[in-house]
Amino acid sequence: MDLPTLWFALIAALWLGYFFLEGFDFGVGILMSSLARDDTERRVVLNTIGPVWDGNEVWLIVATAGTFAAFPAWYATTLSAAYLPVLMILLALVGRGVAFEYRGKVDNVRWRRAWDTVLLVGSLVPPAGWGLVLTAMATGVPIDASGVLRGGPFALFTPLAVLGSLAVLGFSIAHGAVFLALKTEGEIRARAATAVRKIGPVCLLPMVVLVILLQARNGSWWTLAVAMPSLVATTAAMLRARAGRDGQAFVLFGVLLAGTMTLLFGSEFPTIVTSTIDSAFSLTVRNSSSSPYTLGVITWLAAFCAPIVLAYQSWSYWVFRRRIGTRHIPEAHVP
Amino acid sequence: MSDETIGTVAGVDALDVARWQFAITTVYHFLMVPLTIGLSVVVAVMQTALVRTGQRRYLAMTKFWGKLMLVNFAMGVVTGIVQEFQFGMAWSSYSMFVGDVFGAPLAMEGIVAFMVESTFLGLWIFGWDRLPARIHLACIWAAALASSASAYFIVAANSWMQHPVGVELVAGRPRLTSIWAVLTNSTALTAFPHAVAGGFVVAGVFLVGISAWHLWRGRTEDDQDRTVWTGALRFGGWVGVAAFAALALTGDAQGKLMFSQQPMKMAAAEALCHTAAPAGFSIFAYGDVSRPDCEHVKSVTVPALLSFLAHGDFSTKVDGVTPLVERYRAEYGANYPTDPALGALSGKPIDYVPVLPVTYWGFRLMIGFGALAAATALLMLWLTRRGRIPRSRWFPVVGLVAIAAPFLGNSFGWIFTETGRQPFVVAPNPSGVDGVWMFTAQAVSPGVSTGEMLTSLIALTVVYGTLAAVEGYLLMRYARAGVSGVLPPSDESDEPTDVLAFAY
Repeated sequence: MDLPTLWFALIAALWLGYFFLEGFDFGVGILMSSLARDDTERRVVLNTIGPVWDGNEVWLIVATAGTFAAFPAWYATTLSAAYLPVLMILLALVGRGVAFEYRGKVDNVRWRRAWDTVLLVGSLVPPAGWGLVLTAMATGVPIDASGVLRGGPFALFTPLAVLGSLAVLGFSIAHGAVFLALKTEGEIRARAATAVRKIGPVCLLPMVVLVILLQARNGSWWTLAVAMPSLVATTAAMLRARAGRDGQAFVLFGVLLAGTMTLLFGSEFPTIVTSTIDSAFSLTVRNSSSSPYTLGVITWLAAFCAPIVLAYQSWSYWVFRRRIGTRHIPEAHVP
Repeated sequence: MSDETIGTVAGVDALDVARWQFAITTVYHFLMVPLTIGLSVVVAVMQTALVRTGQRRYLAMTKFWGKLMLVNFAMGVVTGIVQEFQFGMAWSSYSMFVGDVFGAPLAMEGIVAFMVESTFLGLWIFGWDRLPARIHLACIWAAALASSASAYFIVAANSWMQHPVGVELVAGRPRLTSIWAVLTNSTALTAFPHAVAGGFVVAGVFLVGISAWHLWRGRTEDDQDRTVWTGALRFGGWVGVAAFAALALTGDAQGKLMFSQQPMKMAAAEALCHTAAPAGFSIFAYGDVSRPDCEHVKSVTVPALLSFLAHGDFSTKVDGVTPLVERYRAEYGANYPTDPALGALSGKPIDYVPVLPVTYWGFRLMIGFGALAAATALLMLWLTRRGRIPRSRWFPVVGLVAIAAPFLGNSFGWIFTETGRQPFVVAPNPSGVDGVWMFTAQAVSPGVSTGEMLTSLIALTVVYGTLAAVEGYLLMRYARAGVSGVLPPSDESDEPTDVLAFAY
């Protein structure tokens, strides 16, 4: 495998890691107000991801910076073409990040309600937005010779891109529900487990359809080898969730996500950004990568740092491995 | 910032809006960053004292200043996310031009600094009862040092825009030949300690101001938290003074580099019109410094000081704006290329003079506010010598007002250095690297409309403005509440409980 292909795979893997980790963060944020009955329960839900959400979000930063370093044209074309959707995502992430930290800093119902709304919207927009943007860029948008999107911002909203948006959003909700079933105790856990069983299949449906469509559209034998297991894993995940095995369901959901990301990034390979105007304007792994020297630098960086990062992030999950319930929540102590 | 240098016609255009947006979001982000850089290390030192002595005083200090750090840190994180994306969003031509060089330090920042910072800060916030004391202490040190590390990588990236090194020009784009040269760029090696020292002045004066207010408020009664505040004031005062000394030394080194690397910025810092040998340093000017012909400008100057700042002696010739314009025209072209992407600027003459009032006053306000901060820290140290607590109501007022000074100094420093390299976004390196430069007007995204730019400018400004009010409110609330706001009344029972030490 040459360096540009390696980096294309690594960036796909970073997005997979981001959606796997922050996917359940988003799901937890979306489900908080509907699964929790009172403020203490809301705090239980919130604190399942309290220590880890920020570390999860850095996967997005690394995916983006890695794209800038390895494929500058991919970075520049995607972000400028999807200017307004990315702006929405950023505003959502800004509000959401602050909401975690500030929600409990004043003991006042209206204050908390306001931040709960920010948290809900801030958790809905990014998965929907990234699903839209990544699917649109990979499967085809009207990009001209200089990488400019023609036809206004709504040119991104192709049917496939909208499906991609629903796919990532739905996955995040389902994943968040399983995560909550895994990390809470008592009634909240029971409610989360019920949510997985009841809304799980509906939430995962767009992603399953996306996998099938991507495979049918431009798949090859090796993507089929990924698509099939991911569909089997989805069925298995729902069965395991019904059997009360939340941990296994959590991992199997990840298999579906991995299959989706593989198809999304891999089915057009070596094309990265597909132009619907002229395939000559498409960005490919060949025509948009950085120089071999730069790719070599960041390859060494990744080889040295990635194992360390994975080790301490895993350790942090281990430190906070305990389930939490209402009995663990301290009384609010604020000035 | 809409001026002749970028050739705007009557109305706004996408370039102007993009520049304002970058300026607003970056200056705003850099209000949080220096406080995080300085305060995280300060809190780590306090917790080290706690772990070594076990005294309640240090527990109170760690919790109180740690809480203020976290309120501020959240804003620094989220405004930093926007930075990571806006190169590609609003400056896609820039991103494609510099991508082979500029992305690598950003990737390093992400995987080396941000990963450590976010994970270990999470462990620190929630880990008080989950981790052994020493491991927990190591977590805050890891997060604090990672903050400084992120400053290093981003300053290295910025320094490459000020002074490109380690590249060759291939097919019209810089191609990286030595990452080592980029990471050890002389510009970066002086700018990084300067930026970090600026962070420590902010943190030092922050400690001094808030502690002075608490000391003064508890001056008559028997305040059990008095040692918490005297300790923080003395510590903060010395941090502020020492950091200012570091600022002066590194700033002097930067001036000497600027003289050789970006002569126009040097001249613009002084609004120096004509070449002078020896050159005096203007302390204050009245009249219109925006005119590069120096008519109607009267200036109070210290003779030969500019020569010293530029080259370490009192006789060196310093070039003025007028002769430099001629030199720049000869070397980098008199007119913009004819290119529809340049809009109204296509084929027009290039104005090589930065916005002189901004550079001239930005430079002076940077130094002035920094010196004011350090002078206040010194004054407060003297006023509280040997355990004294001043009775005058001016004591807390001066302390609290002074908190703003180093923030302003940092902002003006960045405003100076970023506007001083205009009209370039990547300034040319006068020796060593050939042909690598880019005009700001060429850097903006060609496909993003003025309407889209304006939408984002307004949305970001409104959201940032609202959040500034919220952060200010929370900081004041916690600062005012003092120790009791962060340390719950101690639990009488020693029975182990399941309750978390901290939860959102």
